[in-house]
Amino acid sequence: MTPTEYEYLRKFLKDNSGLDLSTDKQYLIESRLLPLARKAGLSGIAELVQKLQGGSRQLITDVVEAMTTNETFFFRDKVPFDHFRDHIMPEIIKARAAKRSVRIWCAAGSTGQEPYSLAMCLKEMGAALTGWRVEIIATDLSQEVLEKAKAGVYSQFEVQRGLPIQMLVKYFKQIGETWQINPELRAMIQHRQLNLLHDFAQLGTFDVIFCRNVLIYFDQDTKINIFNRLARQIEPDGFLVLGAAETVVGLTDTFRPIPERRGLYKPNDPRAAAAKPVLGGAAPRMAVVAGR
Amino acid sequence: MKTCLVVDDSSVVRKIARRILEGLQFEVTEAEDGSKALEICQRQLPDAVLLDWNMPVMDGFEFMGHMRRLPGGDQPKVVFCTTENNVAHIAQALSGGANEYIMKPFDKDIIADKFAEVGLIPVGQAMV
Repeated sequence: MTPTEYEYLRKFLKDNSGLDLSTDKQYLIESRLLPLARKAGLSGIAELVQKLQGGSRQLITDVVEAMTTNETFFFRDKVPFDHFRDHIMPEIIKARAAKRSVRIWCAAGSTGQEPYSLAMCLKEMGAALTGWRVEIIATDLSQEVLEKAKAGVYSQFEVQRGLPIQMLVKYFKQIGETWQINPELRAMIQHRQLNLLHDFAQLGTFDVIFCRNVLIYFDQDTKINIFNRLARQIEPDGFLVLGAAETVVGLTDTFRPIPERRGLYKPNDPRAAAAKPVLGGAAPRMAVVAGR
Repeated sequence: MKTCLVVDDSSVVRKIARRILEGLQFEVTEAEDGSKALEICQRQLPDAVLLDWNMPVMDGFEFMGHMRRLPGGDQPKVVFCTTENNVAHIAQALSGGANEYIMKPFDKDIIADKFAEVGLIPVGQAMV
C-alpha cells in the first residue's frame, strides 16, 4: 500500500464512519480489506482505492463495515453488567415505580452479545420487573452485523466467551453445532441500523445508554459531539455506560462519572451546566463543536 | 500459587492445557484417567480440576462423584473440558457438582473466561 493510498483510506474512513486511524495502522487496513478486495474480484488495495474513488456505493458500505466490526462477547468485562444489575436497575425500579417502564439503548450493539446479556440480566431479576414494559434498542452501523444479532445464532466458540454455562443451558437452544438464544429474549430487543455520526434524536429518550468500546475509534471533536447529542437522549436521572478505556472527563461536562462505579456516568443538569461558567481546557473544544 | 489438576487421556491436550494454565499462574499436575486423578486427590486436593469426560478406567463424571465425597472434596472448582457438547451432558455435569463446562475445542481465552467465571482468577486477567 502506498502512503497516498493509506492517506486516502484514512480520510475516507474518517468521513464515512468517524473511524480515526493513526498513521501506523497499515496492517489493520490490509488484514481487513485485502480479503474484501479479493472477494470483490479486485487485485488488491490499489484497485480497491480506485473503485472507492469512482464512488461504488456497495463497496463503500462493505469497506466501512469491514473496518468497524469489532470483537464482542457475552458479558464483556463483566463489571458493567454487575453495575447494571446491582446499581442501575435497582435505582430505575425505584424511580420508575409508577410508570413501570424502562428504555435501554445499546449504541454499539454489534452482533448482539451485549443487548442479549442485558436481556439475560433483566430476566434474572424475575419478579422485580413483572408487569414492566422493557424496551431494548440495539443499534449498529453494519447491516450484516445486525442480521446476525437479530438471528441470535452463535457458534460454540462464541457462546463460551463470557457466558456462564448455566446461562447457556437456561437461555439458549442447541441447533446442530450452533446455539440460538430463546425467542422470548430475542423478542425483548429491537435492532436498528444507525451511524452515530448521524442524527439519532428520533430514537427518543432512554433511562440507560450502553455506548461501549466504540468512541475509542473517534477523534476528540467527534467524541464531544456524540456525548453532547447522547446527553439529549438520556433522562435526567438516567445512566450512561462507557467502555473501560473511555471517559467523558476532559471532553464534556454534559456527563459526570459516578465515584466508585467505573464506567458509569450520570447526565449533568443541562441548565446548571449552561449557567455555570465553563472552566479550564473544556471551553475552546466546546466552542468548536458549537460552531459546527 | 493455585493448583490445577488436568485430567485427560490425551497427552497432547494435557500439554496444551498445562501451557495455558501455567500462563495463568497455576501449578499444574496431570492425570490420564479418573482413577489416577482420584489417587492424586486423596493425597492432596487441588484448587481446580480441568476434567475430560470420556477416559479409560474411570471417566470424568464418575471421578467427580468420588472426589466430591472426599473430606473437603466440595472445595475444588471443577471445570469439565470435553467433546460432549449436548445439553443433556452439560445438565448432568452441573447437577453432579461441576462448576463450569468447556466444549472442546478450547483456547486460552475460553479457559481464562471460564476460570474467571468461577472465581479462580480475577476478571481482569481473563481480558489480557
